Amino acid sequence: MTTDIALNIVLLSFMAIVGMAIARLRNLFPVAMLTGLYSLLSASLFTLLDAVDVALTEAAVGAGVTTVLFLATFGLTRAREKPVPRSRTLIGLAVTMLTGAVLVYASLDMPHFGSADTPVQTHPLRDRYLNQMSEEIDVPNAVTAVLGSYRGYDTLGEVVVVFTAGIGVLMLLGVAWHRPRKSDKREQ
Amino acid sequence: MREHTVLRVVTKVLIAPIILFALYVQFHGDYSPGGGFQAGVVFAAAIILYALIFGLAEARRAVSPNLLRITGALGALIFAGTGVYSLLRGGNFLDYDYLAHDAVHGQHYGLLLVEFGVGLTVVSVITSIFYVFAGRGRRNDDEQPPGDAR
Repeated sequence: MTTDIALNIVLLSFMAIVGMAIARLRNLFPVAMLTGLYSLLSASLFTLLDAVDVALTEAAVGAGVTTVLFLATFGLTRAREKPVPRSRTLIGLAVTMLTGAVLVYASLDMPHFGSADTPVQTHPLRDRYLNQMSEEIDVPNAVTAVLGSYRGYDTLGEVVVVFTAGIGVLMLLGVAWHRPRKSDKREQ
Repeated sequence: MREHTVLRVVTKVLIAPIILFALYVQFHGDYSPGGGFQAGVVFAAAIILYALIFGLAEARRAVSPNLLRITGALGALIFAGTGVYSLLRGGNFLDYDYLAHDAVHGQHYGLLLVEFGVGLTVVSVITSIFYVFAGRGRRNDDEQPPGDAR
């Protein structure tokens, strides 16, 4: 348990340091690398919380794919942040502090970490998911069972969202490398 | 990246295990962490790694963008189709109990099919998005890699 706490503190302080570094840097290439590092650190944090499914996603999407997409975007735009006038940064700082304060204030309402009387622990659905799952679905990974079967409708919606996002990007950007080909005329 | 021999060799060695791991995460998702989404992302990462090291044109030849459009739609259709099939078998939409004679077996089949659909869509969409992003940048800096732009 104490090692867990120590690891949490180390990871969270690393994340804070990375966040500060991202805020200070003007060149966006290191920023893309550091956001990847940030994702990797949060993936480690998820692993510590036993949320391995989320950690796997975070590591692959956040640290891998998103970083590459950032780098690809820098090929289209400039990779250096424009200097912002002092007055604007002060407004940004104020907004950030305010939002942070509101979030911290809201977190005071949350149940304590690991507390036993949270809705997650006491809701009757928990019994259904964790205890009756072995008779109803009988797969060891409860996350897969909940996402795929109990909440299959939601997951279908998520897949459609991913698909729609893909179509949207293809419609907006996909024309550029599609247009020069002559073979398009044959398809029509 | 043609001149980076170390990168090319290491990538060649790594890509097969990455794809194998993606398939493991896909089809072993009922037993261990992971599932269709994670597997799709890992698989897409393997394709993206290939494109980064060996060039976009090579990657497009290996995994065609047109194929990805079809598989992207197919994945969502497999998911929805599983639901419709269970509807036809007399159950509710996405009620996998009716997919086989035994309810638990039906759930297993259902999860397998549904996760496969998720994985197919995710790998297709992410790779397609990468293709169009990287493909657009190509016109501007064909000669100079993005790293020299500063």
